[in-house]
Order: sequence, then C-alpha cells, then structure tokens
Amino acid sequence: MKDKIVNVFEVIGFTWFIPVVKLVAGDAPKQQLQDLAKMVGIPLFAFIVFLGLWHIGSAKVVTSLGQVPGPVQVWEQANVLLDEHKVEREKEHKFYERQDIRNARTLEKDPDAEVKIRPYTGKETYFDQIHTSLWTVFVGFVIASLIAIPIGIVSGLSDTLYSAINPLIQIFKPISPLAWLPIVTMVVSAVYVSADPMFSKAFVTSAITVTLCSLWPTLINTAVGVSSIDRDLINVGRVLRLNYITTVFKIVIPSSIPIIFTGLRISLGVGWMVLIAAEMLAQNPGLGKFVWDEFQNGSSNSLSRIMVAVLTIGVIGFLLDRIMLTMQKFFSYDKNAVIR
Amino acid sequence: MEKYLNIDHVSIEFSTPNGPFKALDNVTLKIDKGEFVSIIGHSGCGKSTVMNIVGGLYQATAGGVILEGKEVNEPGPDRAIVFQNHSLFPWLTAYENVELAVKSVFKGQKSKQEMKEWIDHNIELVHMTHAKDKLPAEISGGMKQRIGIARALAMEPKVLLMDEPFGALDALTRAHLQDSLMEIQSELNNTVIMITHDVDEAVLLSDKIVMMTNGPAATIGDVLDVKLARPRKRLDLAGDAEYNHYRSEVIHFLHERHARKVA
Repeated sequence: MKDKIVNVFEVIGFTWFIPVVKLVAGDAPKQQLQDLAKMVGIPLFAFIVFLGLWHIGSAKVVTSLGQVPGPVQVWEQANVLLDEHKVEREKEHKFYERQDIRNARTLEKDPDAEVKIRPYTGKETYFDQIHTSLWTVFVGFVIASLIAIPIGIVSGLSDTLYSAINPLIQIFKPISPLAWLPIVTMVVSAVYVSADPMFSKAFVTSAITVTLCSLWPTLINTAVGVSSIDRDLINVGRVLRLNYITTVFKIVIPSSIPIIFTGLRISLGVGWMVLIAAEMLAQNPGLGKFVWDEFQNGSSNSLSRIMVAVLTIGVIGFLLDRIMLTMQKFFSYDKNAVIR
Repeated sequence: MEKYLNIDHVSIEFSTPNGPFKALDNVTLKIDKGEFVSIIGHSGCGKSTVMNIVGGLYQATAGGVILEGKEVNEPGPDRAIVFQNHSLFPWLTAYENVELAVKSVFKGQKSKQEMKEWIDHNIELVHMTHAKDKLPAEISGGMKQRIGIARALAMEPKVLLMDEPFGALDALTRAHLQDSLMEIQSELNNTVIMITHDVDEAVLLSDKIVMMTNGPAATIGDVLDVKLARPRKRLDLAGDAEYNHYRSEVIHFLHERHARKVA
C-alpha cells in the first residue's frame, strides 16, 4: 500500500509527498523529517524570502497608477476576483431559474407554445478567462503535435526529406508570435468565413498562432529521435520484412517516444508563453486579454490584478509542464532514466 | 553438385569521400545443409560484411549469394540474424520480442495457439522460460543474447547468421552460451554462419573454419575442416591433441601468415 502511494507520487513528480507518506507509515521517522526539511523546508524558506523582498521592493516604486503592488495587495485582488466570479455565477444561476419558471408558465397556458431558451450573456469572469486560455492553448498545441509528429517521423526516416525541410525549420523556428499574428489575423478573416461560426475568429487566430510557434520543438525532436534509432533495431525489422507502416508503429515510434515527449514538453511551454501575447493582440477572451484590459482600464487596482494574472500564468505553466513530465515518465520504456 | 548455400565470387565496394573502398574481393564459399561454419579474422577484415551480404543487408558489387538455388538480394527471415548487441526491443518483454518475430513470419500460417506454443518452445530451448516476462533492461547480457538467439531460431531460418554473438559477454557467460548453442545445434541441426574473433570458440563449435586475410580487399585465406567428433565436451577437449592441432593451425594463420601490420 505504502509503496504504491510512493510510486504514484514518484510518477506524477510530487516527490515531496513521499516523506510524508513514509512518515505516516512510521518508516524511519528521523530520516523522513530530514528529507522533508530538505524538500519542503528549503523551498518554503526561499519563497518567504522572496515575498519579503517583493514587499520591501514594491513599496519603493510609485507609478501613475499608484504604488507597485506588494504581496498583500495582490492577495486582496485575488480574493476580489474570486468573489466577482461567485457573484457572476449566482446571477447566471438566477437568470436561468427565472427563464425556466417563465417558460414553464407559458407552457402551462398553451402546451404548443414555442419557448425560447436564451443563453446568459453576462461578462466572463477571471476563471472563465483562464478556461478560455487553457482551451485555446490545448487546441493550438494539439494541432501543432498532429502536424509535427508525422512530419518529424517521415523526415527522420529519410535523409533526403530531412535536408529538404531542415532549412525551413531553421528559418521559421525563431519567429516571434507577434510577427505571425497580423498575417494570421488577415488570413483567418479572409478564409474563415461562415454565417454561424463554431469558434470566434479571435480564438482561431490565437490558436493558430500558438500552433505556428509550438510546432518546431516537437518537429525537431521527433526527427532527431527517429534518425538516431539503433541501426540494428531497424535491421531486425528488415529481416522480418516489416512494411513501412508496421516499422513505424512497432519500431520507430516506441523507440523514439521519450525524445518525442521531450519535444512535446518544450512545445507546450512555448505555446503557453506565446498564447498570452497572441490573446492580447487578437482580443481572444483569455488571460492575455484580461491583462490588456486591466492595463487599459488603469484603475488603482489594475496593477495588482495584472500581478494576479502574472502569477496565475506562471503556476499554470508549471502545472502543464508537470502533466507532460508525468506523461513522459509513463510512456518512457526506460523507467530508470532521470527526467527533469 | 550445387551446395545448399553458395557465396559466389562476391566483391563489395563502398564509396567513400576518398574514392571507392574495396572491402571484399572474390569471396567464394560453399556451405552444406546443417553445416556450422565460423568466419574468423582480424577486426576490420570484412568478416561482418560477408555476413551482411548473406543476410541481404548489403548488396554485393560483384558476384552473388545463392540459397537453395535462389539468389538472395534482400533481407528476410529465412536468414535470421543474431546481432552482437542482442538488438532486442527494449520496450518489449522477452516473450513479446520473440512474439513480434513469430507473428510477422508465420502470419496466416499458424493459429494463435500454435504461435504461442512455438514462442514458448523457443524460449524453453534457450532456457529462458523463467524470465520470459521481463524487459531486456531487467536481465543480464547473457540472458539477452539467449533471447536474441531464441528470436532468430523462432523464425525457422534456412541459415542462421550470428555476428560475434558472444563477443560482448564475459568469458564464463560465453562458455555457458557456447554449450547451450551446441546443445541446440545437436537437436535442430541448423545451417549456421558465425562470425567470431575467438579461436577456441571457432574450433569448439565449427565444422568448418573460414579464415580471412586482412583488408582492404579481404578474401578467404584458408578453410579448415574441423573433424572433431560430436558431441564435444569442453573439458575433454582441453588436453586433446587433435583439438590443439586445429587451434594452432588457426593461430598460425592469424598471427604468422596474416598478422596485422599495425596494431
């Protein structure tokens, strides 16, 4: 039981839970306390020092929007944002309640009456914006992976193809999302025309920008991983006369999975970083737009609210990386490899 | 009469930045069915190249290989290869590694149950049943090579090719595997070509030892028929005059007539 739990934490990367579990199980308590102090105590201490420096430093800078917010103000605004979210949800709930009652009454009078169900159109809260951002980056990242992995595999297997696309990769890789955005915006406006669009244009623009920027790490890693497969393994496939598709699925993909995942992890990190900039300019209702709107708003609370967003972006980026790391560990056949 | 396997006037040239490099020149060798042939020579003499041509991994520039009256020019399971570094798929268990080979070779010929029995049978043959569900990373080098041999045998090859199969193992493990190989050979009587640089291994296992000259343009220097009675026992042979005679023949060839100029 204990070993199982320890294993789970090991895989998902929350290694600092392990001493806690062992401590509860009464496993060499002294050693566990030492481990705990090292794994939790030291980072916690560093964090407190950081908060202190922030608090002192911020008090010394005064902007046109007032003093740069310290940890206290930021914490207050975080709570305000949470409250706003709760209030908005409450309103929405009540709106639907009223609508249901109204519709029920209409139907009572005339069972054949056509009732209208209108969606609630209140403004999106901070949590809705986080949700939008996550969804956008997910879509952009999935599209990027679906393009990058197959191309990476095919070009990793063929030297000719690799030398054909390598210069293109090298040229497109360093381009900033801000450079892509105007072009993407114009192309989306021209091509993505429909009377009842499933996704908003701002969403499509942001997602495609994420795709364009997060394509490259996966593509390069996949190609390198595939081209560095042990020749003998490929020869085993040749002796067995496996066809191209079987070779790819039985030999190439399994042996390059770890390095493909390394690429995917970098890609997701890049995608998340790029997304905020893209949302700012494309006005996709996510965290990027939140930051932009607060900046334009210019109230005395704006800087604190932006700071909440900054920290949120950081924490979510960290969590996304953890998820990828966990998947990487799970899919890697070499369980002893140290993956950081 | 045509032999079972004919390596007929085979030459190969590799193109290098400094012009073509002739690795093999006019290698001719005839092998009977059920014969165990070792190819021995200094490293870099092209012995592995001979094996790769028979295996179809390389194409001869001139000459060709004929197996049972048919020319060989691509790899196939009828010429299964045991690689020096076992080349097991690290993400598959021992059983699954053999299974992958059996499934692709006997697709449509054997039923599921027959395949399972055949896989188990081959793993049993190399005495690895106890570890069949382990990953390659969890077993020792010798055990990995046993599975490598089981995988090759499971393809029911016409010719079994072994590229320095025990070269990466320590001396004791190597001796164990040689004994196992002799035991399997007495049962199955396969046609085997084994590349080696170990004189004792060659004399102990082979019916015929092919000694190669040094490259470039290496060719067969001499062929020694080993007429020691089978089954051969390592211990009995240690002081056997005939055995020592064969051994010294090979050593004389390698270190006197064709010694490497620069070590």
